[in-house]
Amino acid sequence: MAGHPNPPDAPDQIDESPLEGLRSRYGRGELAYQVTADGAPVFPPRLVAPGTGGPLEWRVSSGSGTVYATTVLRGREEPPRNLALIDLEEGFRMMSEVVGVEPEEVCVGMAVAVEFDAEAVPRFRPR
Amino acid sequence: MRGRFAIAGIGESEIGEAAPGTSAEDLMVQASLAALADAGLPLSEVDGVFAATTQLPMGSVSLAAQFGIRPRYTDATMIGGAGPIAFVNHARAAIAAGLCEVALIAHGSTQRTIGRSRASVQEISPYEAPYSPRLPLAAYALAASRHMHQFGTTAEQLAEVAVAARGWARENPRAWSREPLSVADVLAAPRVADPLGVRDCCLVTDGGAAAVLISAERARELRCAPALVLGCGEAHWHRHISEMADLTITAAVDSGARAFAEAGVGAAEIRSAQLYDAFTITPILFLEDLGFCAKGEGGPFVAERGIGPGGELPVNTNGGGLSYCHPGMYGLMALTEAVRRIRAGDELALAHGNGGVLSAQATVVLGGAGTA
Repeated sequence: MAGHPNPPDAPDQIDESPLEGLRSRYGRGELAYQVTADGAPVFPPRLVAPGTGGPLEWRVSSGSGTVYATTVLRGREEPPRNLALIDLEEGFRMMSEVVGVEPEEVCVGMAVAVEFDAEAVPRFRPR
Repeated sequence: MRGRFAIAGIGESEIGEAAPGTSAEDLMVQASLAALADAGLPLSEVDGVFAATTQLPMGSVSLAAQFGIRPRYTDATMIGGAGPIAFVNHARAAIAAGLCEVALIAHGSTQRTIGRSRASVQEISPYEAPYSPRLPLAAYALAASRHMHQFGTTAEQLAEVAVAARGWARENPRAWSREPLSVADVLAAPRVADPLGVRDCCLVTDGGAAAVLISAERARELRCAPALVLGCGEAHWHRHISEMADLTITAAVDSGARAFAEAGVGAAEIRSAQLYDAFTITPILFLEDLGFCAKGEGGPFVAERGIGPGGELPVNTNGGGLSYCHPGMYGLMALTEAVRRIRAGDELALAHGNGGVLSAQATVVLGGAGTA
């Protein structure tokens, strides 16, 4: 009896998930992102390049960016805090928080730089 | 498929706050029976069920089980509040393919009774989770902040959307919020996620809605004037807000273009529009993306040309998700209201649904008998 007819090109097990790939780099203080074969930036990380399904490679950002959109979350059980989308200078965008200023003072277009907290979570500060 | 299918019946459940223990199925059942009665069709004729709600992962299966019917076509596609309008597309495709004949589209939610966080468990991206983003609210606040920055849209213009919705709700005895509301009231309300305050956010109410879709040929033999499906389109470009390429441009650009191209009409010919108003920023975005005005002009459109009673374009004429009822996935109530507008004499009416965080979009253009 022949073996199970698995296709010979069945994918290998994923060694490191995109999420773990990012977390391990955050742990080293690297604000990582991915690039396609053409060098186009990709974030959040994923298995394959959007649009083509092609390969992706990790890169490390300078950590400098600008605020693309911002809000102040005013919950009943916590002090007001910032939530923002940051455009990094390499051309990718991520959700984060701008700290070091009052949340209301964060504005679209503000120049910011990354810093990592004790849990290796990237946040941004005006630069 | 233009004009070959019609909404032959519509119905809604009780809305507002249901009795303790009432389920999402119960409200879907109420609404579905009302829609079938409206169409003049018996339950036994339903052979296609299209139902989804955040509370039931297998919505169409749950609804059919409540009714004890055994449909030959089922669809529980979950794309949030765009889903009920996308079901119009799916249902007519299924009928056109001969897979069913009488399609029942339904939604129900008891999010007020059981609490919003239990009714709609948010799927938080692990890349956003470290920042506890309070979704969906925060996503819409971010979109509003960007629109204000890029186009000069003001908090007053956002408030006009809530005031217009309330204007319609005051004419609708079934609406949940009917007390007078001014721009000053909206601006003075507590902020929840800048620039949005509580009056910029939709209601949290229980409710269900349903529609019966059949061939236009058959619909003409039934008791109600059919609302012809002239064009319908779906589109989605992103799932999470941090993946959205431009926070001021939604996939409604595509869903609307598809619906209008099929219908063979443009935004200028639409007499009334039901634009899913989860937050005051959303009708502004959809007015732009559907072509009722140029990109960036949604703020001036609502403030100067008007979308409330007496305005240039009647929008959310039941009071919308902001003042009529918001049962989590409001899209089907946009559809039922558009059908009412056709029955009331609008030659062309539009309904637009939005799901997730501006993620999934679906648009339908309905026409009266003269538009076939």
